[in-house]
Parts: sequence; structure tokens; C-alpha cells
Amino acid sequence: MLEVRGLHAAVNGVEVLRGVDLTVLPGETHAIMGPNGSGKSTLAYVLCGKPGYEVTAGSASFLGQDLLAMPVEERARAGLFLSFQAPGEIHGVRTDHFLRAGYNEVRKARGEAEANVLDFDRLLKTKAKMLDVTERQTKRFVNEGFSGGERKRNEILQMAVLEPKLAILDEVDSGLDVDAMRGVAEAVNTLRTPERALLLVTHYHRVLAYIVPDKVHVLVNGRFAAEGGKEFALEIEAKGYDWLAQRAG
Amino acid sequence: MTTTGKTAQEFAAQEYKYGWTTPVEQETAPPGLSEDVVRWIAARKDEPEWMLEWRLRAYRHFVKLLEEERSPTWAKVHHPPIDYQSIVYWTAPKAKAELESLDQVDKEILETFEKLGIPIEEQKRLAGVAVDAVFDSVSIATTAKETLAKHGVIFSSFSEAIQEHPELVRKHLGSVVPYTDNFYAALNSAVFSDGSFVYIPKGVRCPLELSTYFRINAAGSGQFERTLIIAEEASYVSYLEGCSAPMRDENQLHAAVVELIAQERAEIKYSTVQNWYPGDEDGKGGVYNFVTKRGACRGARAKISWTQVETGSAITWKYPSVLLQGDESVGEFYSVALAKARQQADTGTKMIHLGKNTTSTIISKGISAGHGSNTYRGLVQIMPNAAGAKNYTQCDSLLIGDASAAHTVPYLEVRNNSASIQHEASTSKVSDEQVFYCRQRGLSEENAQSLIINGFCKEVFKRLPMEFAVEADRLLQVNLEGAIG
Ligand SMILES: Nc1ncnc2c1ncn2[C@@H]1O[C@H](COP(=O)(O)OP(=O)(O)OP(=O)(O)O)[C@@H](O)[C@H]1O
Ligand SMILES: [Mg+2]
Repeated sequence: MLEVRGLHAAVNGVEVLRGVDLTVLPGETHAIMGPNGSGKSTLAYVLCGKPGYEVTAGSASFLGQDLLAMPVEERARAGLFLSFQAPGEIHGVRTDHFLRAGYNEVRKARGEAEANVLDFDRLLKTKAKMLDVTERQTKRFVNEGFSGGERKRNEILQMAVLEPKLAILDEVDSGLDVDAMRGVAEAVNTLRTPERALLLVTHYHRVLAYIVPDKVHVLVNGRFAAEGGKEFALEIEAKGYDWLAQRAG
Repeated sequence: MTTTGKTAQEFAAQEYKYGWTTPVEQETAPPGLSEDVVRWIAARKDEPEWMLEWRLRAYRHFVKLLEEERSPTWAKVHHPPIDYQSIVYWTAPKAKAELESLDQVDKEILETFEKLGIPIEEQKRLAGVAVDAVFDSVSIATTAKETLAKHGVIFSSFSEAIQEHPELVRKHLGSVVPYTDNFYAALNSAVFSDGSFVYIPKGVRCPLELSTYFRINAAGSGQFERTLIIAEEASYVSYLEGCSAPMRDENQLHAAVVELIAQERAEIKYSTVQNWYPGDEDGKGGVYNFVTKRGACRGARAKISWTQVETGSAITWKYPSVLLQGDESVGEFYSVALAKARQQADTGTKMIHLGKNTTSTIISKGISAGHGSNTYRGLVQIMPNAAGAKNYTQCDSLLIGDASAAHTVPYLEVRNNSASIQHEASTSKVSDEQVFYCRQRGLSEENAQSLIINGFCKEVFKRLPMEFAVEADRLLQVNLEGAIG
């Protein structure tokens, strides 16, 4: 599904990713851990095509397409989704309207008819209910005045509606209390399917107790320094990253 | 319609979709401004003597202002001096006969309005809306008159009102905006052509939205319309105006006057979607939109609400205002103004608090793109008797690109210290983060920009009736095509 080879990327002229290799198969969940500033969000942004993130070497293919050659929206329409670490506010734009616009773009790209307002509202209602998001919240302006937890849940709601093939969840568990974290993790779990792949960026093992990964990668200084199975996360949380950083040099 | 190739200028301003001309035979006043022209207009409209005299007084006042070179210079707009002798002050399609019914209206003109999205013919009309269609200097048709008459509502062209309801016109004309008010008001008072007249009797809630569409068609002519709305005690009316003009290389002058009168507990909602031709990318051509709009809340708890979406015109000079005379009366001003390419907008409002516990709200959203210059100019005046007056002002500017400019000029004059005044202002850009977020959800870059700009305007758009909000948004987007990204 996703093949990343020797990916180098720079932000503002500073090289942040320094040779990332990653293979994700359909249905797999990969956890990406690593110290602050190691490049986890950068990797997510580069895969999604964020302007300002310049790929200097390497390749990435998504479902057989050259991912790096596609504009941001085409990647999204092809089934790539990013749950933002800190999603921003859009004043005056209702969450449901925002989502309907995206949803219809995705449908169009798949050759499906656009959903009318009624159909979409019905769909959103079902998904929101499933994820414990109130209807009132879907009518609020995008992320405006949302608490940290509400923002994360709102990201997952968007994922539920857009039904991506690969979802990158950037610290979907950060800033949440234990119960909220469990709630969001359970919500994510309901969205796991045998085809859908997940890339889960996190600092904590505890979320991986709910969303159990197939593989755990550790990004240090823009490069994967180590990887392991689901137990590896626990080991990392106990030992920290320094030993890996030293090993990576 | 001509089908010849497009001129370069038309290409440059392709986004202006209302720029065609309707080929009609026309009748015009002799070009230029003189007492004779004023008399010619009054005679052409068969006006009573008092009307002519009023015009002439206004004309003499204007001539004096012109001689003393007292055209307003304080606004942040620039244009070459206007030659008032080169303008044609009255133009109308040649009538085949006196218009008795729609059947006699030129097919081309009906089609023009239909193409503009304002179908006038019975079977095609928008539900719930009565329309007065003004083509150059004359009103072509006013729809739904019978329905309105049942409720005692008068909705007619201004010309007709002068004939049919002279006592009402005479009593109120110039009572809110006297011809001495300002330079352009004096000019308008001398040569005004047509416009709409609305009268809502006591206790009546007008059953339809009333709407006027102004179309400038003729070259070299100005449009000088006059609108008067009178809402008697405890009545309600919602009124909308829209406008457009062909693309032309020369500038065209539009100097209108609108007067609103709201008696005790009456409410007037006045909405404008202004889309005059803005000129091309280099600032060639376009309409000079110099307009005086003012409402008077005469009685207690009266309410006047201005909502404007100003997307067109080369220059907009316009300050819809409210005189809050009645105690507890309410004035509102909601505005979206766009200045792109070489457009210049200097617009805002005046809220004059005279009565006790009067309240005013000002929400101004200025969008500047390209080399556009957008100025909010507002005055909040709390007079000595206005104890407990309240004002809330919010001015937000959105900049697109690096060459556009936004200015905020709020004047505040408080002469009663029990007043409470709140002012908020912000300047922002469409952020790359927001655009990326939208695109990551599948929206194209253009749609992302649109969505964000629409959100910026939300507080204003939501004041407009549904169809007009959609239209306003569409106009804004169309006008911004090519200016963003
Ligand atoms: N827009 C930017 N301009 C300059 N430097 C940037 C920018 N974005 C990221 N960086 C730098 O790139 C490096 C990696 O940042 P990134 O956000 O990818 O880290 P992260 O692994 O996600 O960290 P965290 O765990 O704190 O979220 C950091 O040194 C950061 O300062
Ligand atoms: Mg990060």
C-alpha cells in the first residue's frame, strides 16, 4: 500500500528526514515513536504533500501511484488521511459543511455521485453517534473553541466519514486524559478494517495497548533507528530514546 | 447580442459575467448638466411643479458646490476629476407605447433581467419575492403589486409614486438625506431618475421580500436612482437591491440616495448585493459608486438594519447610516466589501445615537486582494441625551496577496458618559495551515480559499435571505477568481 524508500526532506532548508524507509501493507497498523523533534510530524506532512516540505531525495508510492508527484488534494482523494497533531480553526465554516465538501470530493474522485445535504447529514449523524460526537458539535465552526479532546475526536470523525485507505494519526492520544484517550482509541479501533492501514504516531505505550500495532518503528534524527513488534513500545517507554540515538550515531 | 470576438479588455475581466450590453433603441436627455436638463427630466416624467422646484433647488446647490470645488476629498480613494458635463443624466429604452403591462416590455429587456437571474415574468418569478426592475433611468416593471396591495403595501417605481402618492413622497423626500447633505446627494436630488418607493402601513408585516434590481445598460450615462422606504408604526419589511453594468473602458457614475424611515417599533431590513462593473485588472473602466444611504429610527424601539455585500465598482464611497432618534431604537450595519485588482472601497457607517438606551452594532468584513485598497470608515456618535447608549463595533480585514491594503478609520464621539462602547478589530491572512488542512480533506486549493473566505464573511452572509446569501457568496468567489492562489 505504502512504499517509502530513502526519503530525505528539508524544511526551510534544514534537512529533517534523512533516509526513511517504510513499507505498509493493507490492514497493517504501524506505530511510529521517537523523541520530540525527530521528524515524525514532518514525515506525516511530507507524505501528505504539505507545501514548504521539500523532498530532496527518495521516493514514495501509494497504491502503486507516485505519491510525491500528486498534489495534496489528490493524495487525500486517493485515500490518504492525516489526523493532525494540532488541527487548526476555520472561522465561520461549520464542521458538517466542511466535511461534506471533502466527502463529495472524495466521492467524485471515486466516480461516485455527490451526496446531497440530506443523505450526508444522515451519514454524519450515524458516524457521529458511533464516535460519541454530539450533533451540536458537528454544527460548530471547524475546531473553533474545541477542547483538545474534542479536536482529536473531531479528526477521527472526519476519518470515519472519509473512509481512507491509509490513515496517519499524529499523536491522536496526546493531551488527553486517560478516559478520553481510551475513548478516542476505541473510536479508532471501530474504524480498523482488514484493508485499512494505520500509521500511528505516538509518544506513549498506553495507546498501543488499545490500538495494537503490527510493528513499532522508532524515528531518531530523521531516520528509523530501530523497529520491533508490539512489545517494543513498552521497552522504549521504559528505556527512553538515548540509547537508540547513541546507537544511531 | 453581438457575437464578435472578445476584446482584450473583456478577456482581462472575464470573471465579470454581467458585462454584456442589451441592444435597445434608447431615448436620452441632452448630455451635460444644466437647468434645462433638470427641467427636461421633470417634464419627461410629467412631474408636478413642487417636484421640479425641489430639483431646481438641489441643482442650484450642486452648482454652488461644484464652483467651490467641494466634492468630497477625505475618502481614501483616487480618481481623475469627473466631468459632469460629459455625462448623460437620463437614458431609457424607447417605449413602444406607455407601458401598461409586461407584454409591452421589450423582449430584450425581459431577457436581460432573466439572464441576470431576475425573472420578471409571472410564471418564472422567485417565490416570496416582489421585484422592481430598473433599466438605466426607468423602472421596467414591478411585480406582485396586487398581492402587496391586499396588505396595503405600496411597492412601485419612484416615478409612479410621485404621480400616485404625491403626499407621501412630498412629506418624506429629503427628510432623512436633504439635498444639502453632501455633494453627490445634491447631484442626485437634481437629476434623479427612477428607483423604488415602499410604504408599509401601520401594523403590517410585509408578506414578501421586496427587491429592486438596477441595471446600467447605456454607455456614457450615469444612474441616479432614489429609493424611499417608509415603515409605519409596528410594521416590518425586508428589502433587497442588486445591480450590475456592462464592461466599458470609461468610468460610469452611479450616485444614488436611499432614505429609510422607521416609525415606532417598525423594522426595516435593507440588503444590498452590489456588483457594478469593477473595471479591468489595470483599473480601466468601472463604475464610480457614490451613494448616500441613511435611515431614521423615528420612533421608540424602531430598528433599521443595513446589510451590504459590495463586490463590484471601481470605487465604492458609501456609508449607510442610522439616526437613532427613538428611545431604545436599534441600528445595525453588516458589511462585506471586496477590493481586488485596482478596486478602491471606502465604506462604513455612521451610527448617530440621539435617543436613550439606543443600541448599534457594526460588523465590517473587508477583503483586499491584488492591488485593492479597502478602507472601513465609521462614526459612532453618542449625543448628550443618549443616556445608556451602546455600540459594538467589529472590523475584520482579510488580506490576500502582498500588494493589497486594508485601513480602518473608526471615529468615536461620546457626549454622554453613561454610554458603553466596544470596539474590536483584526487583520488576518488566509493561512497556509488552513488551506493545507482543507486540501488534506480533498478540497482543491481554490475551494479551500473560497471556503475560508466564506467563513470570514459568515456573520454578514447569514443576515441575507437564503437565495441572496448564496448569490452573494457566488459573486464574491467569481470576483476573486484569479486573485487568489
Ligand atoms: N516549518 C518548520 N520550520 C522550521 N523547522 C521546522 C518546521 N517544521 C519542523 N521543523 C523542525 O523539524 C524538526 C522535526 O519536527 P517534527 O515536528 O517533525 O518533530 P516531531 O517528531 O513531530 O516532534 P514532536 O514529538 O514534538 O511532535 C524539528 O527540529 C523542527 O523544529
Ligand atoms: Mg509531531
